[in-house]
Amino acid sequence: MKKLLISILLVNLLAACASQKPVEPEAAAPEPAPAPMVEAPAPAPAPVVEVDPLNDPNSLLAKRSTYYPFDVSVVQDADKPIVQAHAKYLSEHPGRKVRLEGNCDERGSNEYNLGLGNRRANGVKQMLLLGGAKASQIETVSYGEEKPRCTDHNEACWKQNRRTDIRY
Amino acid sequence: MKERILLRVMKNIVGALFLLHVSSASAELSIEIIGAGEYQIPVAIVPFGGDGKLALTIRDVVVSDLLRSGLFRMIDTEGLFPRDPADVSYPDWQARGAEAIAIGSVAVQPNGRIEARFRLLDVVKQAELAGQAVSASEGQARAVGHRIADLIYEKLTGDKGVFSTRIAYVNREGPHFRLVVADSDGYNEQTVLSQNQPIMSPAWSPDGSHLAYVSFETGHAVVFIQSLYTNQRKLLAGFSGTNSAPAWSPDGKQLAVVLTRDGSSQIYLIRPDGSEVRRITFSGEIDTEPNFSPDGQYLLFISDRGGSPQVYRMPAKGGPAERMTFGEGANFSPRYSPDGKGFVYTHRVSGKFYIALQDFQTGQMELLTEGGWEKKPSFAPNGKLIMFASEARERGILATVSSDGRVKQRMFTRSGDAREPVWGP
Repeated sequence: MKKLLISILLVNLLAACASQKPVEPEAAAPEPAPAPMVEAPAPAPAPVVEVDPLNDPNSLLAKRSTYYPFDVSVVQDADKPIVQAHAKYLSEHPGRKVRLEGNCDERGSNEYNLGLGNRRANGVKQMLLLGGAKASQIETVSYGEEKPRCTDHNEACWKQNRRTDIRY
Repeated sequence: MKERILLRVMKNIVGALFLLHVSSASAELSIEIIGAGEYQIPVAIVPFGGDGKLALTIRDVVVSDLLRSGLFRMIDTEGLFPRDPADVSYPDWQARGAEAIAIGSVAVQPNGRIEARFRLLDVVKQAELAGQAVSASEGQARAVGHRIADLIYEKLTGDKGVFSTRIAYVNREGPHFRLVVADSDGYNEQTVLSQNQPIMSPAWSPDGSHLAYVSFETGHAVVFIQSLYTNQRKLLAGFSGTNSAPAWSPDGKQLAVVLTRDGSSQIYLIRPDGSEVRRITFSGEIDTEPNFSPDGQYLLFISDRGGSPQVYRMPAKGGPAERMTFGEGANFSPRYSPDGKGFVYTHRVSGKFYIALQDFQTGQMELLTEGGWEKKPSFAPNGKLIMFASEARERGILATVSSDGRVKQRMFTRSGDAREPVWGP
């Protein structure tokens, strides 16, 4: 509603300016202008329909995990575009916040893995900061090997557990 | 080195032939023993006189405890029921091969207390080795049995018994976690904390009155201290980031904890009331799993500052760290032996986890287990047994190995996965 009012006001203002400008001879007809102007605001709600790219399943932002080789905590090249996309989104949406959850496979002590998960989450955090996100938008947490997505003792399982999840 | 490992493995295979199954009365818990001590003392535990049911329970506990140690062999008592030293016919026992016999009686006092009187007799010398009355409150027959087993063990081996000590561990069933305290044989289980968030790293206070542990109940890892008498608990460390790996100093006046509040996992000292937090490692890498030496002067911990997780030692006040483990593989979870002369730890090599023992003087690593998913060792107070987390039949179980690697036992708890065991005082 507010938007609509502002639009009307603007339109009227423009109309006012326009009507002031002409220093032309009286040959031109002055009156037709106002009527269609009142109708114009109708298309205004259009921008509201614009999708939040975060909810676009085809956007890189739909990917919310980074994966790692064994005992490695740096973001892999394959996952960098994902993290960069989230960095861009966060910098453009300062009101949004993320929680980075670092996870590990079970091949270590769970205390060491708590440290490794922390390092994984921090690696993603550094990249988000470099990409323009603010520290106040980011929280990190490590689950170590305590919250495995998959619990078998094999690489197919372990590789799913070595990850950082980006949660909004 | 390789040869020593091979020898150990061969001994274990031979040991497996002596597989013995001690089935539990309650069918809640089962214990398997593999291997035997080099020399097993032949001992006869004569069924006690008095209250029949109590006597049976107590004898059961004494026999199970002694067998689990791997250091004793049970002599058949059939047909001989002496209650008093005067009734003992030593030649009969000598003929059966017993070196010692235990006799006694048990009664319930008017106030409900259980009182057992027992004597341990040396069959060869035909003399009394020990005589004692052991009493406990109603329903604590197992505790009486453990005390008697401790006394027999101490008299016959020269080492303190650990049958009356307790253990703590974490039980995981799907997303449900329980922090459990139990007798060292796994019985008398008591749930200290139960929640749908992970629980990790229980650590006993030196006097056995409190447990420090890591809980994720607030959404991230924080350290709590809980009294085992009142169940009251308080937050010890809940700084931003991860708070974990609590370890008590031997005098109980401070703890080492691992915090990430300044970036990576680093070791800090903190008072049990949460005051005087002081950082003592500055590697910027992962420094974790601190453990105090018995004299309180040093800390063992692990760090990946050298590229892979290895064991280091540093002064407990802070100062330069010295690397203790080298060679192939990675090492985790070091814990001092009670005499301070060595330490146990988890050794990972070629995809397997082993329980390893190392002497400070020789620097030699000795593998005590065959390898698998064996993690988190801790010594019994007498230094003769090591408890650790293992896996069998697709379940997390508790296991022990004697410090010479000869005797092993596996404890299958009621349900779920048993993890993170730690032997208490």
